Amino acid sequence: MIQLIDLRKSFEQQQVLKGVNLTIPKGQVTAIIGRSGGGKSVLLKHLIGLMRPDSGQVLVDGTDLAQLRGKALDLVREKFGVLFQGCALFDSLTVFDNVAFPLREKTQLSEGEIAKRTMQRLEAVGLADMPHKYPAELSGGMKKRAALARALVRDPQIILFDEPTTGLDPILLHSVHRLILDAHKRFGFTAVVVSHEIPEIFDIAQTVAMLHNGVIVEHDSPEVIMTSANPIIRQFITGASNGQTGPE
Amino acid sequence: MGNPLETVGRTVLKQVQMMGHMAIFLGSTGLWAVLPPLKFRRIVSQIHFIGVKSSSIILLTAAFSGMVLGLQGYYTLRKFGSEALLGPAVGLSLIRELGPVMAALMVAARAGSASAAEIGIMRITEQIDAMEAMAVDPVKYLVVPKVVAGLISVPLLTAIFDVVGIFGGYLVGVKMLGVGAGTYFSEMRNMVELSDIQGGFLKSLSFGLIVTWVCTYKGFYAGYGAEGVGKATTEAVVLSSVLVLVWNYFMTAVLF
Repeated sequence: MIQLIDLRKSFEQQQVLKGVNLTIPKGQVTAIIGRSGGGKSVLLKHLIGLMRPDSGQVLVDGTDLAQLRGKALDLVREKFGVLFQGCALFDSLTVFDNVAFPLREKTQLSEGEIAKRTMQRLEAVGLADMPHKYPAELSGGMKKRAALARALVRDPQIILFDEPTTGLDPILLHSVHRLILDAHKRFGFTAVVVSHEIPEIFDIAQTVAMLHNGVIVEHDSPEVIMTSANPIIRQFITGASNGQTGPE
Repeated sequence: MGNPLETVGRTVLKQVQMMGHMAIFLGSTGLWAVLPPLKFRRIVSQIHFIGVKSSSIILLTAAFSGMVLGLQGYYTLRKFGSEALLGPAVGLSLIRELGPVMAALMVAARAGSASAAEIGIMRITEQIDAMEAMAVDPVKYLVVPKVVAGLISVPLLTAIFDVVGIFGGYLVGVKMLGVGAGTYFSEMRNMVELSDIQGGFLKSLSFGLIVTWVCTYKGFYAGYGAEGVGKATTEAVVLSSVLVLVWNYFMTAVLF
């Protein structure tokens, strides 16, 4: 379980997180929704210690990530897999080497075992026939698949998805969502998906948290969020440009 | 416009902060360099990139540097009737100063800029974040191999620069201007001492560190977007070149 307690973060004069409180249940898919530039990715980076809060706690199974450094932080990070917004595949490595990278760097497995596990994950995401391609040779959807295979390869307990469907066409969007759902069913990890794909995200999430103006304004099941009377959520779901938050 | 004193103070503070940050980065690189496991394959690959791939530009610049030294040296020495000292003049200039400095500047221009851009692009495309998220230290994986490769490659490139430059001077001085071949080399053997070669080697070693340290640092902390990477690359080459020249003066003052 992940718990965020009164998490605050500012960049120079701009306060991005103004006291986020959120509990992410184990083994479920939690979606964090909110407007672009609202701090969702900043929040996600706090979950894995890529950013440190100005104050507050990030508890992962009871350990405060904000207090950890070096090897202790690495030990917690090994529980995580991350699918970054731009995939963050290493462009000088092939798809196979990208997926094998965490195994080569962080395990003592033999090259044979690494190859076997890598190909299993590539098969799971439908990329078994292109392990020797470079990221630049892949389409947007394929890159997402390769990045998901890399995130899955060490069987992490928690996977963070940072806007996994941004920039994809509707067919690819559903395909990536389906992939996340299938992988979640198969591997049983805790998933945190940052997204502003409404209403598609409600199909894969079991709980949804709305981040607005640096705080979580509501956190509940997709059904409750969809019927929420909160004007901020209503405006976000309907996409109305005139309302509580304004167009920009 | 703010208070000018405030502006100066802010600029100085920013520079001091950057220097401290760079020192911490270097310390962290040094620490990771001695902690196992050693990334041997990545170091070899970086030696190929920094060393082998820079050798053609080193050969070219060394030959012409030696040739111009031969030409200028000959005309200057002739005024004093000391053409016989052309060999030592070319040899000492190259071994003590030009070889280490020019080799380092060429490495900064070719491999240093490419390293800054490569790491900068990895920074802005979240590849470095991805590494950290996988509990792989990006300094160990990306920076240490480049710095170690710089420490190995720059002295070797300097040695190549010295030898080719001396033959460039020989070509002009002996083959074109008529200085005796025996005089050129025997006077050089008489006047160039082991301490000159050791001094040049120490210089090139420190330049290898400066170039790779500054260039990887600038790439590692590149700003946002293509503009950020472009700025980091420019700053990497300019700062490392300036530091090489400044550090060269102090090393010369201490060593020779």
